Amino acid sequence: MASWQKAQAARNARLQAGAKFAKGKIVQAADATVLLEAVIRPGDRVCLEGDNQKQADLLAAALAAVDVAKVHDLHMVQSGVVLAEHLDLFDKGVAKRLDYAYSGPQSTRIARMLFGGKIELGAVHTYLELFARYFVDLTPHVALIVAVSADRDGNLYTGPNTEDTPTVVEATAFKDGVVVAQVNEIVDKVPRVDIPGDRVHFVVKSDKPFYVEPLFTRDPGAVTETQILTAMLAIKGIYAPYGVKRLNHGIGFNTAAIELLLPTYGERLGLKGKIATHFALNPHPTLIPAIESGWVQQIHAFGGEVGMEDYVRARPDIYFTGADGSLRSNRAFCQMAGLYACDMFIGSTLQIDLSGNSSTVTASRIAGFGGAPNMGSDPHGRRHPSEPWLRAGKEAEPDTPAMLRRGRKLVVQIVESFGDKNVPTFVEKLDAIELAEKLGLELAPIMVYADDVTHIVSEAGIANLLLCRNKDEREQAIRAVAGYTDVGRKRDKRLVQQLRERGAVRWPEDLGIDPLDADRSLLAARSIEDLVHWAGGLYMPPSRFRNW
Amino acid sequence: METFSFRHKAERRSAGTKAQAIVGVVASGNLEVLVERNLPDTECHVEVSTPIAGFGPVWEAVVADFVERRSPGGLKLSINDGGARADTVALRLAQAVRLIEEDVR
Repeated sequence: MASWQKAQAARNARLQAGAKFAKGKIVQAADATVLLEAVIRPGDRVCLEGDNQKQADLLAAALAAVDVAKVHDLHMVQSGVVLAEHLDLFDKGVAKRLDYAYSGPQSTRIARMLFGGKIELGAVHTYLELFARYFVDLTPHVALIVAVSADRDGNLYTGPNTEDTPTVVEATAFKDGVVVAQVNEIVDKVPRVDIPGDRVHFVVKSDKPFYVEPLFTRDPGAVTETQILTAMLAIKGIYAPYGVKRLNHGIGFNTAAIELLLPTYGERLGLKGKIATHFALNPHPTLIPAIESGWVQQIHAFGGEVGMEDYVRARPDIYFTGADGSLRSNRAFCQMAGLYACDMFIGSTLQIDLSGNSSTVTASRIAGFGGAPNMGSDPHGRRHPSEPWLRAGKEAEPDTPAMLRRGRKLVVQIVESFGDKNVPTFVEKLDAIELAEKLGLELAPIMVYADDVTHIVSEAGIANLLLCRNKDEREQAIRAVAGYTDVGRKRDKRLVQQLRERGAVRWPEDLGIDPLDADRSLLAARSIEDLVHWAGGLYMPPSRFRNW
Repeated sequence: METFSFRHKAERRSAGTKAQAIVGVVASGNLEVLVERNLPDTECHVEVSTPIAGFGPVWEAVVADFVERRSPGGLKLSINDGGARADTVALRLAQAVRLIEEDVR
């Protein structure tokens, strides 16, 4: 007779094997590795939680220490390849196949291991895309997750860094998988229940708090005049004319400069209340001056940010908070918000080609993508109108009847024409293509596709690709903002002049901006210390950012 | 160390009477520009000293644009580069001219 409960039976067997090392649901940290050897089977799909922010570091180390005779050939399905242990798994043979999204700090080593054949790569995903596959064809057999505290029933409190946890647990626990959580402490009653206990099978108490990277902290002291100029161009040339209120900012210094210019330059342009009121955004410290000046109405966050806990707690009108008062973040929902409810994504990249494709992958570094490719895409499932969306759609297709015309999400790449070490940002051919060829991938790892990009901002000006009518115009518009790079110096001056007359290219002088006005005195905060003052002492920067 | 010397004709004499000015610092990714008013009214010279080789065409383009946009006639500009990017160079050159023209603003 056919059985319809095979997966349940398999889970029960795993739970029974793991129960030997647990007291109730609680497992000692010293037993973490034997627990994992008991509940994980060779070839399992395993989600080791970790993204560009928080890390299940104890469980990562425990998994890297398993006996390879017992646990091997795992298929890792996880947001981030961030810790050394994440790659040690492949060096040791514990894991074989990888599907992931982000690999910032391990970008060099992961490239080396891919070239060396140590890792069988599925694909580099966007976060939301990987989450979607958790519910279709990449459902984890075992999830190793991380939370702040747990009670004895396994109820978890994730604090401000909820991030991916609800999504990972949903996919695993409701499809007969095993959920193991590491926590900083075991308590009698959790401050709020972020994950109900019946979805959590084992809880390991860690000796030290889990690691969180302050990835979204940008020191205003390091913002350059060129970045300020790009910020002025973006505010006056894009935010203002389109009236962009709902948006997502990338992680770079250019967008940090925009945040710091809102209460100064933005105020002077009379834009308060007209732009940048609703965000899908992590708690960026550089947004504090704009929040304190009354610019921002609401922010939903992907994750937490180290040092912003008390500030967020004191500003519940702005942030989403729980019954305990602390931030509630949720990466899947925030990615969804960025995709469908925001009119603009603006972020940086490392390379842009002549069509407008961009990638952060270079010849020797595979940084993965994080949220950018999802934020930086135009969702065809959108139906509700808004002023910026309709206007962008009209610019792209002036001849389509208005009632049948799709709007366009504004997808803006903001860069400096030369990056670190004088490496040009604008290139004829992306390194990502060469890398894909060398690795035999079917697709080059493109961060934002050319057909999604609407504007490119550099210190040299703004290219409005919506107004370019053919491949040639598009190429010349990009060359026009490529500054003194090879790509920029090869522009056709006559065609660029025509594009400027049509507004498809706008140089600083076309917008009435003098580069000499791009001065650090425009920044609402010029140091981390200034941010602390703006926050009335509620922002507690991590020690590496304290230099006073 | 690579050096370049650019000689341009300028549209008109740079405003002001100050004899010299200096902007920027010689630091990694930055540069120092010394500007002196000691040439005939329609001439502009730019002398570059840079530790980064291979950027000749970039320097040439930056300087040509600078002369066209700011018309720095009568000025000699000496650049002591610390590996600055082109955008920073263009900004410092413009700042140098602004500074030497300061007394007429």
